[in-house]
Amino acid sequence: MQNIDSLLYFSPEILLVIFAAAVIILDLVVKNRESVAVAHLSLVGCLCTFAAVLFTHFSFGDEGPISLFLGMIRLDVFSSFFKILLLLATAATILFSLRSEELDERLKGEYYALLLAITLGMFLMASSTNLLMIFISLETVSLTSYILAGFLTHSPRSSEAAFKYITYGAVASGTMLFGLSLIFGMTGTGDLAQISGRLTELLAAGEIAPLAVLIAITFVLTGVGYKIASVPFHMWSPDVYEGAPIPITAFLSVASKSAGFALFIRFFYAGFGNTELMQAVDWRFMLAIVSALTMTVGNLAALPQQNVKRLLAYSSIAHGGYLLMGGVLLTSEGIGAILFYLVVYLFMNLGAFYVVVLVANEVGSEMIDGYRGLGSRAPLVAIAMMIFLFSLTGIPPFAGFFGKWILFTAVLEQGYYWLALVGLLNSVVSLYYYARIVKAMFLEDAGEETTRVPFSTGTFALLSVFVIPTIFIGFLNIFYTFSNISVSVIPMQ
Amino acid sequence: MLLSLMIFIPLLGMIVVLLLPRASEELVKRVTLIFTLIPLALAVYLFITYDRSTAGTQYVHGPFPWIDAFNIQYHIGIDGLSVTLLLLTALLGPICVIASWRNIEKGIKAYMALFLLLETGMLGFFAALDLFLFYVFFELTLLPMYFLIGVWGGPRREYAAIKFFLYTLFGSVLMLIAMIAVYLNSNIVNGVAEGLRTFDIPTLITLAATQGHALADPNFQIWVFVGFFIGFAVKVPIFPFHTWLPDAHVEAPTAISVILAGILLKMGTYGLVRVNMAMFPQGLDHFTNGIGFWGNSLALLGFINIVYGSFCALAQTDFKKLVAYSSIGHMGFVILGLAARNDSGITGAILQMFNHGVISAMLFLLVGVLYDRAHHREINGFGGLGSRMPVYTGITTLAFMASLGLPGLSGFVGEALSLLGAYERFKFLTILSTIGIVVGAAYFLWTLQRVFLGNLNPKYEALPEINGREILTLVPLGILTIVLGVWPNFAIDMFRESVTNLIDVLNAI
Repeated sequence: MQNIDSLLYFSPEILLVIFAAAVIILDLVVKNRESVAVAHLSLVGCLCTFAAVLFTHFSFGDEGPISLFLGMIRLDVFSSFFKILLLLATAATILFSLRSEELDERLKGEYYALLLAITLGMFLMASSTNLLMIFISLETVSLTSYILAGFLTHSPRSSEAAFKYITYGAVASGTMLFGLSLIFGMTGTGDLAQISGRLTELLAAGEIAPLAVLIAITFVLTGVGYKIASVPFHMWSPDVYEGAPIPITAFLSVASKSAGFALFIRFFYAGFGNTELMQAVDWRFMLAIVSALTMTVGNLAALPQQNVKRLLAYSSIAHGGYLLMGGVLLTSEGIGAILFYLVVYLFMNLGAFYVVVLVANEVGSEMIDGYRGLGSRAPLVAIAMMIFLFSLTGIPPFAGFFGKWILFTAVLEQGYYWLALVGLLNSVVSLYYYARIVKAMFLEDAGEETTRVPFSTGTFALLSVFVIPTIFIGFLNIFYTFSNISVSVIPMQ
Repeated sequence: MLLSLMIFIPLLGMIVVLLLPRASEELVKRVTLIFTLIPLALAVYLFITYDRSTAGTQYVHGPFPWIDAFNIQYHIGIDGLSVTLLLLTALLGPICVIASWRNIEKGIKAYMALFLLLETGMLGFFAALDLFLFYVFFELTLLPMYFLIGVWGGPRREYAAIKFFLYTLFGSVLMLIAMIAVYLNSNIVNGVAEGLRTFDIPTLITLAATQGHALADPNFQIWVFVGFFIGFAVKVPIFPFHTWLPDAHVEAPTAISVILAGILLKMGTYGLVRVNMAMFPQGLDHFTNGIGFWGNSLALLGFINIVYGSFCALAQTDFKKLVAYSSIGHMGFVILGLAARNDSGITGAILQMFNHGVISAMLFLLVGVLYDRAHHREINGFGGLGSRMPVYTGITTLAFMASLGLPGLSGFVGEALSLLGAYERFKFLTILSTIGIVVGAAYFLWTLQRVFLGNLNPKYEALPEINGREILTLVPLGILTIVLGVWPNFAIDMFRESVTNLIDVLNAI
């Protein structure tokens, strides 16, 4: 579709730009530095964008997937799926930030504008179908997240986090760019829809070596692996997650990871998910090893952590590993499982981070010891946290179990028994560190602090937004159906 | 419908209890008692009206579609084995509530709520006819158990609770892999996929016996057998997965020990019968055909459990730990009986499941009674209690005698039948296993001597006699041990047809 015609279909992204600008202007206009107004405007922005996503989805969805801007961007159920997911994460992050007390009041205008900007980048990550566009969207997200990670200007840890993030990020995106240029050099096109066909022809004709394709794929994986924090590109994530403001940590661990997977799926499933191509160049085994290592390293490193934020950072690395299992297969079941798991993960992980925000505010500690006796001091919050943690472990009847269930079913269906076994044993390991928090909350005495911690009704309302889906998603058919439909539209031939 | 009602009434009770005000502790206890008495009444009704002349599942509710994407259904029903264990579960429910009446000092509301959730998990597990549902109920018992041990347990409760949780979860994930493998293969006939995959247990059992079906492949059956077996073995517990049990028992509060020994261990053996034996007869055959090491392995595990558990019990000086190890020994008879896979072996094993549930519940309640008074459980620290607490001594003697297998009491019948069955197939191991009975008699009699006979320890001259509430919890169990001792057909009649049916399945291969 031509550029001008595409603009109508591009309305969600345009709205995000408008609201990001509006937030900055409002911040300048509101003299008393009342950040609540800015936050509310950002929320309205999310809501309008959400409406625009639904509008574009439903008014043009029947015509099937649409290519925008001369094949740079694609509008389909898959991208709508991720846009909704990302908007939920952004809205939740804005709400967390409103309640968080660690952020600098004076800088909140920029903060919310950046949050909207990063969402824009993630939208593009989920819908790009051209190598160049893929790289630009990735960089938009990366650059914005460096700033957000270092947003606690008074905290050296936060600056350290930003610096580490940018160093790793620069290397990873440089490598990825090299990989992309190799692909472009071999095929002469940046269009994902043509790449797999072109590569298959060239390989069959013997004009390029399979090794060259493998190298290109590996380099691209570096960039994607960095975004989803997979081993061996995960080193930045614990430090960044620990140093960044808690809402940003939550956002990075959920939204950034989801967008990374969107890109991963689009790139590999649409671009390289061709059976003939995969027979010639089998890079899936490499991915299986990466996935197994990611979850194992994440889980083992989480075991001794005392800081809950850092613990959740490692746990989110491990979850990246579980998700990658679905990617290894490049089957529609595997991809569908990833999408379903991402929905579940969004609710349970954001919920867990919200509790971390609440506890940091009220108790003033991010350490596990700070959670002692929370079961009697703030029973509802503690029970919610328990539900999130056990759901992250994958214990029925919580949604995390159903997420793991379909993921492992997809893995076993392809005969990767060892990978499923590694994944499941990892779940057992993860129980130990999640249960340490539960233990601190319920099994240990609070010590001298026995007063009840008061929480507002709004807190409980927001908490229930995460708790209720964490309990019920697994029992509802609609989510399984939605993720399966989203997968069916990805192939572009 | 009746069955669903029975399963979910405790869950409803949990919600009601949670809504009650925190201060009204008496009310919480009474409401919980009512919500455990209703399932008991229903279980008794089921027990009476259950048609003993057929092996088919009865009181079936469902199948209703639940998660269409995976053809997961809500499907429950009972056969002779389930109805027996449902009755046991429903009976121990109110007994445990009464046993917890005075002993639980903090957070009675949360305790009772978790207990009711646990009861729903257990009842649902014994009635589930869909493998997925079966797994969900199986896991549903984990969370409440973790908290019940971890919050209300003894000094090392945190360690015991997480150990229990980790061990069981480890077994469960292996079971999960096997379960997914069964599901994925459930529509493959002669290498071609046809129709929908299914989790329905009765359907799966039929398919696994169908020539050419992927589930009927002996190699496949052996692997999934192992997966499920480890899952259930942790729960039974079978050596070498048993080490969580003594810790969990020692730390758990009395009522939770009762549930643990009475029901949770039976979940393991019930799973072995329901899934491993009925669904994978060829897998079972591989481990019980008496040829070579693997052909004797299951019987060997039973033997190790019996002898090892008994000798460990002999070495204990902590009363509760002794009972815990004796549980391991007695569950060995169940394994041995199942390994025999003939009429008397399986009948004995199932009977032993029920009997052990009753007897070990009594033993743990009795240990609890003593602990509440003396605040320790050191066997050597007592002596001569017989003169001080004659009624207590009498009931304890009854429980001890039943447990060590005195003819005329229930423990004897189950063990004797198991051994009788096992002797047909594994003569040598069976003969060796009888050592366990001798050692069992030794540690129970020795304990009886150390605690109740001899001179009264002057410290305990003022020890009060067992009270009415405690007797109330013990009497129904005591009556059952005597009744089943002299009239075992009372229970055997319930599952006779189911056992015959199972043996037909096993012999069909």
